[in-house]
Amino acid sequence: MAKHETPLLDQLESGPWPSFVSDLKQEAEKRAKNEKGLDLQIPVDVVEDLLGILELSYKHGKTHWKHGGIVGVFGYGGGVIGRYCDQPEMFPGVAHFHTIRVAQPAGKFYSTEYLRQLCNLWDFRGSGITNMHGSTGDIILIGTTTPQLEEVFYEMSHNMNQDLGGSGSNLRTPADCIGQARCEYACYDTQAICHDLTVEYQDELHRPAFPYKFKFKFDGCPNCCVASIARSDMSFIGTWKDDIRIDAEAVKAYVGGEIKSNGGAHAGRDWGAFDIQKEVVGLCPTGCMKYENGTLSINNKECTRCMHCINVMPRALRIGNDRGCSILVGAKAPILDGAQMGSLLVPFVEVNPEDEYQAIKDVIESIWDWWMEEGKNRERLGELIKRQGFQRLLEAVGIEAMPQHVQEPRSNPYIFWKEDEVEGGWERDIDEFRKDHKR
Amino acid sequence: MEQAEAQDLVVEGLKKKLKTKSKFYFNDIAKILEMKPRLAKKFVNKMVQDGVLEYWSSGSTSMYGLPGTGKQAAAEHED
Repeated sequence: MAKHETPLLDQLESGPWPSFVSDLKQEAEKRAKNEKGLDLQIPVDVVEDLLGILELSYKHGKTHWKHGGIVGVFGYGGGVIGRYCDQPEMFPGVAHFHTIRVAQPAGKFYSTEYLRQLCNLWDFRGSGITNMHGSTGDIILIGTTTPQLEEVFYEMSHNMNQDLGGSGSNLRTPADCIGQARCEYACYDTQAICHDLTVEYQDELHRPAFPYKFKFKFDGCPNCCVASIARSDMSFIGTWKDDIRIDAEAVKAYVGGEIKSNGGAHAGRDWGAFDIQKEVVGLCPTGCMKYENGTLSINNKECTRCMHCINVMPRALRIGNDRGCSILVGAKAPILDGAQMGSLLVPFVEVNPEDEYQAIKDVIESIWDWWMEEGKNRERLGELIKRQGFQRLLEAVGIEAMPQHVQEPRSNPYIFWKEDEVEGGWERDIDEFRKDHKR
Repeated sequence: MEQAEAQDLVVEGLKKKLKTKSKFYFNDIAKILEMKPRLAKKFVNKMVQDGVLEYWSSGSTSMYGLPGTGKQAAAEHED
């Protein structure tokens, strides 16, 4: 018999999808049985109380959580988010129910041994409930009490080679796509740079001194599997400078139906024969492709790296060989005030591990210097760029305005000449001018 | 500036404002120290390490306070 009646939550289980309510009930039962005989360090009925307080919130139509606080582990200003409930007598199991953010490994590669270790630790010292993964990318351990925080941190940092993730006004845990480990579209090694910057910027990750949160995300190609262009203050998107490589024989094989388009991804239904004109050439956003007399050609100068043709015919079309990444800045995905996409700052930069990504670090650090000085409290980089202007950003990072910064001619002319940049300045001889121009 | 001098400035500066608020943004502290944020951070980190300041975090935003001040300190130490 459940500790609390939960008719409203039970109803959620009746839908066609797997329900988190069923998962929580299962976990509650597992804790109650405690078949491993663990010396559980937080209340055994924590999950039952969690269900109870959620039911009450549904009934009242308002939350019973309070979030934020002074809890954390020594020396770290992030990684732990204090959470308390405002009905501790009714639900003592979740009176303290802090969240721990754990830095996910680059590319989210785990060994089963690691996952078992993590779950065993969390069953023992926490609620046993995890979120794999939160929207920042971290492993989220949901719910424990204050005395357990240092214990969990000690175990993770000493025996599991594991650090906490970022929260608060910090650099957040850098996130990347699976990259060259499994993806032939990856234009650079996302995991290598993600790991390198995580290690390099430990101080920024753990000791908050930014005006607000700051996120890096690394996408190996413009497919943007980690959505860096929409969700990170600084987005690193793989690209190439030379031509898309075309394998003419493979193009013929796609046209002839010997190779399935999209890697066979839409094989669940008969869509008819593959039509290269309609499905590839006709959908190119810049119209830079042609298929004539059995030959596919691409005007690469006009290509905007939308990736559609490569995704449809991956064996016939491949990314170029002269690879690097583009840097975009200022994206955010807030609940209020609307989402904002990143703006292109650096069209192409080499991703060079040999000099420890110095060119990229130079851009990062100059942006931080500007934002830390000029940013208002709780102002994201994208908002500062909007407030002071893209031109001011360019001055701060020492990059000259270039055509790639402009979406299209005459639509966003944010670059204004200054007097000292113009020959003769703003002064003119009005009499001389009037000789040729009447009033 | 020496650490001790910076600490005195910050503690005094924050105490003055305690009547109206108990949690402060990093930039408030950098302003008290009249330093650029990157430089101020070194002093502030040391103050946290020495227990002169403590972190407060909402999860999305971080602030700093003097230990034991504010409503939350009392609420969280109640048990």
